[in-house]
Amino acid sequence: MVAKRIIPCLDVKEGRTVKGVNFVGLQDVGDAVELGRRYAGQGADELVYLDISATVEGRNTFTLLVERIAQNINIPFTVGGGISSIDDASRLLDVGADKISINSAAVRNPMLIDEIAAKYGSQFVVLAVDAKRVGGQWLITTHGGRQLTERELFAWAYEGQERGAGEILLTSMDHDGTRCGYPCELFAQLSQKLSIPIIASGGAGSVEDIADVLSSGRADAALAASIFHYGEITVGELKRQLSEKNIKVRL
Amino acid sequence: MIAVVDYDTGNLRSVCNALGRIGAQYCVTSDIETIRAAERVLLPGVGEASSAMEKLRERGLCDVIKGLTQPVLGICIGMQLMCRSSEEGNAACLGIFDTAVRRFEPDRESGVKVPHMGWNSIGSLHSPLFEGIADGAFVYFVHSYAPDLCDECIAVSANGRTFAAALAKGNFYGTQFHPEKSGDIGEAILRNFLKL
Repeated sequence: MVAKRIIPCLDVKEGRTVKGVNFVGLQDVGDAVELGRRYAGQGADELVYLDISATVEGRNTFTLLVERIAQNINIPFTVGGGISSIDDASRLLDVGADKISINSAAVRNPMLIDEIAAKYGSQFVVLAVDAKRVGGQWLITTHGGRQLTERELFAWAYEGQERGAGEILLTSMDHDGTRCGYPCELFAQLSQKLSIPIIASGGAGSVEDIADVLSSGRADAALAASIFHYGEITVGELKRQLSEKNIKVRL
Repeated sequence: MIAVVDYDTGNLRSVCNALGRIGAQYCVTSDIETIRAAERVLLPGVGEASSAMEKLRERGLCDVIKGLTQPVLGICIGMQLMCRSSEEGNAACLGIFDTAVRRFEPDRESGVKVPHMGWNSIGSLHSPLFEGIADGAFVYFVHSYAPDLCDECIAVSANGRTFAAALAKGNFYGTQFHPEKSGDIGEAILRNFLKL
């Protein structure tokens, strides 16, 4: 069986990583390549770089950064943030991104999933889904959770798979940032409905939380930011502890 | 010089970056004479098998590749094209390796996902390609189709069913996984290829 993946997520603004402290001996915590290399060295299985720049200059700087990441990092990495057209996807593929993640733009224009998958393959397309519980239903939100849509989570994730997404990156906006754990039942239900891998994001506060979502939540991978950035646990130590809990990880 | 065969199947960047990291000299080419003259040949590839075969054919590369005598390494689709056939688009392939490429079946109960994506361990390693690499090493896979076990299998892995993770016959080698994305282990495998 394939190992469960641990994926640190790095936020990049105007070409520099934001957050990310506490690496002993790391001179420049803003250097996204150096930070990524540290995580890879600790045993990260993949990396996600999320561009949170709001400007055109920031986007261009990000493209140059992706090229440097591709040259220097020897594990797969996904880039996301602001990808709204096939041209955006092509530009990032051309500089060496292994995968792109799309979110709001796919909700606005679902055909974008088909177009990118048809041109570059499903393995290149990660559909990021931000969901929120409203009444008895899980609904999709866009723009970082600020806009609620009428799309229902399970229907949208399934549609994404059928349109050609290779993975689903699911964040519960009710849990994101709380550090109280993931909604494992939700992840397990989604896993039952889909045949493609699911990456759990948002809510990890402890090793136990991550172990839960990978076992009872049946997620294929866990993405986390703050527990790594603030040095609470290294990727390597997390994976050793997961392994002790009989979760198959790459050590 | 390593010739990285360009037959228009998408992204060659990852392979070139990895060769750059280990200090190998390479060129990206579809020129028949350049490929024949190279010390080593690398056949990468992502995409769909039958259209990738068609692209090899259009460029007149099928017989060229079959006739090579220097070390040749196919990666992912590149290796699948070196097999007898692929279920993907019912493609007749080059037939260097005597095995068929078949699709994985997802199984929700046991958690078998398709595509098979991520790090998996390889075992039963027996080839100079894996010198210094221990059974159980993890490498990175991204694929929905895989070759059946056969006599030319030099590494096995499993995703629901057991499959050939690497193949070798004479000067021809192939890996279903992506050494260019498999961290330090992957770079060690590429270095071994340079020593063949």
